[in-house]
Amino acid sequence: MTVFLLLCLMLVLAVAAFVVCRARALALSGGKIGVLHSLPGYYGWHGAIMVLLPGLAVLLVWLVVQPMVIESRISATLPAELTADDSARALAMADVRRLAAGLDVAIAAGSVTVDASGTPQIAGSGTMREALAEAGVALAEDVSPQILTAAQAYRGLSATGAAWRALAVLAAALAGFALAVRMTEPELRARNRVEGVVEGLLMAASTIAILTTVGIVWSMLSETFNFFSMYPAADFFFGLTWSPNFRGDSELGFIPLLWGTLYISLISMLVAVPIGLFAAIYLAEYASPAVRGWVKPLIEVIAGIPTVVFGLFALVTVGPLLRDYFAEPLGLGNSGSSVMTAGIVIGILNIPFISSLADDIINAVPQALRDGSYGLGATKSETVRQVIIPAALPGIVGAVLLAASRAIGETMIVSMGAGAAAKLDLNPFEAMTTMTVKIVGQLTGDTDFASPETLVAFALGMTLFVITLGLNILALYVVRKYREQYE
Amino acid sequence: MTDAAVPTARPHRASLLADDARMKRRKAAETRFRLYGLSAIAVSLATLAIMLWTIFSDGVSAFYQAKLTFPVTLSSDLLDPMGNGNRDEMVKVTTVGYNKLLTRAFEAELAAKGIDTGELSNKDVNALISKDAAGDLRAMVLANPAVLDTTITAKMLAAGRIDGYLKGRVTMQTAERDGQISPEQLQFADRLIDAGILSSQWNWDFFTNPDASDQRPEAAGLGVAILGSLYLMILVAVMCVPVGVAASIYLEEFAPKNRWTDLIEVNISNLAAVPSIVYGILGLAIFINFMGFPQSSTLVGALVISLMVLPTIIIATRASIRAVPPSIRDAALGVGASKMQMVVHHVLPLAAPGILTGTILGLATALGETAPLLLIGMVAFVDNYPSAPVEGFLDPATALPVQVYGWAQRADPAFIERSSGAIIVLLAFLVVMNVAAIILRRKFERRW
Repeated sequence: MTVFLLLCLMLVLAVAAFVVCRARALALSGGKIGVLHSLPGYYGWHGAIMVLLPGLAVLLVWLVVQPMVIESRISATLPAELTADDSARALAMADVRRLAAGLDVAIAAGSVTVDASGTPQIAGSGTMREALAEAGVALAEDVSPQILTAAQAYRGLSATGAAWRALAVLAAALAGFALAVRMTEPELRARNRVEGVVEGLLMAASTIAILTTVGIVWSMLSETFNFFSMYPAADFFFGLTWSPNFRGDSELGFIPLLWGTLYISLISMLVAVPIGLFAAIYLAEYASPAVRGWVKPLIEVIAGIPTVVFGLFALVTVGPLLRDYFAEPLGLGNSGSSVMTAGIVIGILNIPFISSLADDIINAVPQALRDGSYGLGATKSETVRQVIIPAALPGIVGAVLLAASRAIGETMIVSMGAGAAAKLDLNPFEAMTTMTVKIVGQLTGDTDFASPETLVAFALGMTLFVITLGLNILALYVVRKYREQYE
Repeated sequence: MTDAAVPTARPHRASLLADDARMKRRKAAETRFRLYGLSAIAVSLATLAIMLWTIFSDGVSAFYQAKLTFPVTLSSDLLDPMGNGNRDEMVKVTTVGYNKLLTRAFEAELAAKGIDTGELSNKDVNALISKDAAGDLRAMVLANPAVLDTTITAKMLAAGRIDGYLKGRVTMQTAERDGQISPEQLQFADRLIDAGILSSQWNWDFFTNPDASDQRPEAAGLGVAILGSLYLMILVAVMCVPVGVAASIYLEEFAPKNRWTDLIEVNISNLAAVPSIVYGILGLAIFINFMGFPQSSTLVGALVISLMVLPTIIIATRASIRAVPPSIRDAALGVGASKMQMVVHHVLPLAAPGILTGTILGLATALGETAPLLLIGMVAFVDNYPSAPVEGFLDPATALPVQVYGWAQRADPAFIERSSGAIIVLLAFLVVMNVAAIILRRKFERRW
């Protein structure tokens, strides 16, 4: 019985339990609902939950445990030369699983038949591989007899397991059903029990945030350790050359990538901070409400545009423009993708981010400070420069840090606008590359998760995560600390 | 300091009405400062306008396509050698056979209309027909074998370079340096335009065709990408909204103030700022390598994007739950509702419009997200449509923004046009979603 069918059956049982328990509660109340502890619907829900909860729990445990048990039993039967070490064993087991799945397909398609004892027989003439290919299952090489035996055993165990699974799950669900019906008494605190379960579900949903963080850290940490066991950490963190080579002996120095990332981020901040800050000051201090009402949403439109659009803009418009009018006349190179291109476009992307954060912060500066300054005869710009900016400075620094973290983590614009060559260079019109570009580069296309050239992406990801997390925590700390000042 | 130190001579006393030099300087500084602000706004709006304008001017032409219109007689001698209209036997005729038929019909039409082919060889003449045209014709005939032995007016894709010529991308000068097209062929194309055979037409195929190979930009379409993005949105909405709303309710209404809740709060605010590519690494390591979900599938894409937009949705939902005034809660609790009943019967319905708006905006960000999808393999070349849900969620697919990136990486400039066209489609979806959110907000906005 498939899992889907099992779930459907459980749903039917749950509906039945709802109806039965609700009817029983109504019958027990004898027409006076007041004698029941909870509204009749809650007895129904209680019944449904009592069916679903044990059933799902058994199903979940079974789904996790069964493959492990089968794997260990099958790999024990495999000949010793196939399970010499862990990777050989994993490879053989993958073959077994693939063949078992292929046999299922082939039997369904009729190119392989099953005899009375359950042993698969090839329907036509030819090898097992040809029979499977006929059913649309492609295997790299013909099947060895040991693997075939193991695959048959695998299929047998899986089928038995599935049958027992269905039995166990349905037994648990039915037991819950019976218990729920027995428990349905006027005194049963059905509402409290149902609400307890719902609250548990709500709490489980809120822990997903923690699980995500754990998942991020765990997935990157384990592969990063793998990487550092193949490639010395000191060479990674202090290496000055980045030249991955899938034939081996690559140099995976992190410094050129860090330099590219920081250089591009620096240029983007040089674009975004003045423009964003002045836009925020104008909107907060000078603009009439009508102008503000129009311009603020328009600037925020920039934030709603997907980054890949900025990437194409960098590739098609900004890059060639900078090359033809600045880089080539100045003799600084002839590359369309450059640090400047990516930096300027990321800067544009970050303008609305800085301006809306700075706008909030400037608006949070108390009006009394402005009034005091005007009262002393200061002009508006003097008030902004000498009173408002110093008062808002910590918040603005926080906003700039957040924007920097976004610039460092930006992927699409740099993949399309910055180039792929890792270099240590000062010329901003030269193509350079960043950590994010290399993560994409090393993890797309053909990847081999046993080679340092692929695993280096996890080390880069971990470094990126640590850098951005550090910047964010610092920024939030700064913002929070100084927001309290005026509250 | 004594009073004697104060200069006794009265300084020059200006009139209040006329500014003195210092005041003039200060006022000039004031004007300058104001101008800086104005120009900052002008620069940001101008770059926005330039960006949208270049994308639109590059991309609008993707919605038009050069097509050749000429009559084709679908003779059964060539297409159905057994002569019994049996579809299974007709499948054996490959596109080579159809190509022969097409080129023959094209040459016959040229002769009939008396169009001078100049010094072009037949091969050069036929190069004007897209390499994809024969496949299209074959699919059409196989779908409806009844058209055999009739004469139809075929509208066949012209080759990519000819399409570029009609759109002004390919000129006589570029053709001289181009191995795929010659100026003579372009002059011949001019004569075809005059004869009404070659024309630019509205291109529905752009929305329905799957991706095409590097050599055939004229046949590339967004069908798989639009379907993939649709699947992604459905899955993200199904997975993300219930979890996001449940988490927000817990944190706003039930959570005790303790270490654990603080930890959750810190996690949510940090996750909102984690670079999106990191989620891609998470998806690759956990969902594909560890759990063994199929690569490039919309299910994995949706899982990754759900985790990514979850903090955004939680933050928006919590804000709208918080906006429901406490008096409503007090009233519900006062008449004997349990806490759960108070939330489900009163707080949630009142917060629903805000939650919906926040969710739509969250989905809009999800729709434009590219980087994590690259890592889980959705950038691979996919020219088969994913099958219908639920199995279709496990099929390889691509998504709109990823298609934009994929096309932008290709060498032929025709793909830049396609890429910009794809952005127009993507932006159209985003505008619809954002406008929907704004209308909802206006309609249900409530001041307490």
